[in-house]
Amino acid sequence: MHAHFLDPYQDRRSLVHQLDARIKLVLVVAFILTTALTPMGAWPVYVLLLALALAAELVSELGIGFYLKRALLALPFVLAALPVLVTIPGTPLLQLPFGLSISAAGLERFLSISLKSWISVQMAVLLASTAPFPTLLMAMRALRLPRLLVAIIGLMWRYLFVMVDEALRLMRAREARSSHSDQPGLKAGGKLVWRARVTGGMAGSLFLRSLERSDRIYNAMLSRGYDGEVRTLPTPAISPGEWVTLGIGLAVLCSLLALSQWLR
Amino acid sequence: MFPNLAMHIPDGFLSVNVSVVFWLVSVGVLMIALARVNRDLGEREVPIMGVLAAAIFAGQMLNFSVGVGTSGHLMGAALAAILIGPWAAVLVMTSVVAVQALIFQDGGLLVMGANLFNMAVIGPFVAYMVYRFVQRLARGQSWGIFAGGAFAAWTSIVAAALACALQLAISGTSPANLAIPAMAGIHALIGVGEGLITFGALTIVFAARPDLLKHGQTQPAGNRLVWVAGLALTVLLAVLSPLASSHPDGLESVAKQAGFIQAAQTPSYQIIPNYVLPGISDSGAATILAGMIGALIVFGVAMLMAYTRRKRQRISGD
Repeated sequence: MHAHFLDPYQDRRSLVHQLDARIKLVLVVAFILTTALTPMGAWPVYVLLLALALAAELVSELGIGFYLKRALLALPFVLAALPVLVTIPGTPLLQLPFGLSISAAGLERFLSISLKSWISVQMAVLLASTAPFPTLLMAMRALRLPRLLVAIIGLMWRYLFVMVDEALRLMRAREARSSHSDQPGLKAGGKLVWRARVTGGMAGSLFLRSLERSDRIYNAMLSRGYDGEVRTLPTPAISPGEWVTLGIGLAVLCSLLALSQWLR
Repeated sequence: MFPNLAMHIPDGFLSVNVSVVFWLVSVGVLMIALARVNRDLGEREVPIMGVLAAAIFAGQMLNFSVGVGTSGHLMGAALAAILIGPWAAVLVMTSVVAVQALIFQDGGLLVMGANLFNMAVIGPFVAYMVYRFVQRLARGQSWGIFAGGAFAAWTSIVAAALACALQLAISGTSPANLAIPAMAGIHALIGVGEGLITFGALTIVFAARPDLLKHGQTQPAGNRLVWVAGLALTVLLAVLSPLASSHPDGLESVAKQAGFIQAAQTPSYQIIPNYVLPGISDSGAATILAGMIGALIVFGVAMLMAYTRRKRQRISGD
């Protein structure tokens, strides 16, 4: 089994895929920033933001269902916002047992947080599934992130699949050496503490293997002329059309922000 | 999966001010870490840090069943801080958190500064401080490595969870008096798993490569900064958390004074008329209008897509 299933990139030829990764990264971050800056309860703006996200998803030809499924990932975190339903004072809407009541202001805050998060995650999914990771690294370099950090993240990505394969092999080995019983109630696999320590041993050996591998990689890099300088190809120029896309995108987001301020 | 999600804050859950402040702090620490690791490791920095980051990422997949359908797994900040030093651990954890957010939407992009602060700054710093402290108590005996490692792992998880809860509370997302005890309680249990895994990992490293752990006992003096910062963070969290959870209003007023809770949140109380859903009454028309415009946008794009696709098919059909 190989871990290539981890890569979320979906190869298509759509307009979203063809857009330069630098523009896409800036637009997605600007979109998420706009969503975050929109005040609580500005429903019209949320609807328009969601429409923009859905439109972009349609253009990407991956199908809206794909995004909705992936966006559910962040759903469990909504639990963290659940208490505001009852703790924010306001007009009571619904009486609950234990003398609690859901207030209108609490409901507004809860729905706003959940919606904002849901819309933002969809855009993040769009970015990851329409831009191959190497182009995202190029975008990070173009945005003047520290070169060393980008180089580290790039190397991490390159060996991520190797190390995940290594972890999967460790887990398969544990499986092969473990027994389990079909008889209900008869548990195998030792005590909890023992299981945790076995997992610890696996983590430790994964660490040692990766350290040894990094030595080999370093030697291989040296033998190919590595001198401590991370060299990359020059980034390609951005076409006028893509500058226009960026301008229009930012203008739309700014006008949405203005709308949300005006609605207040 | 749950422990992972409980710590990675998605976008939308923190106010913009909180996000920006933690971005600034995390970037500052990251810059120092880059400079220091570059000085210590030189040109070996990129391969070592890159592969170790990949290993920590993969190590988070290693799990063991706890029963009732849940499983415990590793975060790895403490293990990294113990084995490669706190500054290198900052770099490794930063790479892990960045890739998790960018590729797997495990944590948001705008709030990544806060996630970095919890997992790539607090995690390694607090773990390193605790580990060194226990080691000093043990006076070089080997039990200090294992006890210190396990305790450091537990403390780093709980400290990161407390910081996460405080960030949520300052943003007005969760009330402090609920979020802080809940997060601390859950992660006090998760931290036990982390401590046991770290213990197991240190056992095998001690058996196979004791030099890695011996090396850790003669740290350069410059790591005193980490020591002090880790201690300060621990004390701050230990004092602030019970204070905030017993006086949530106090935290809220501080947050308000600092402008963290956006002014937008308060007026909504007043514009709610009698027993109507917020926003329906006065901006109801605006919402309906927005819904119609939004539907038009999506419908238009869908029509356009269908049209171009049909055209393309006709061309390829010829």
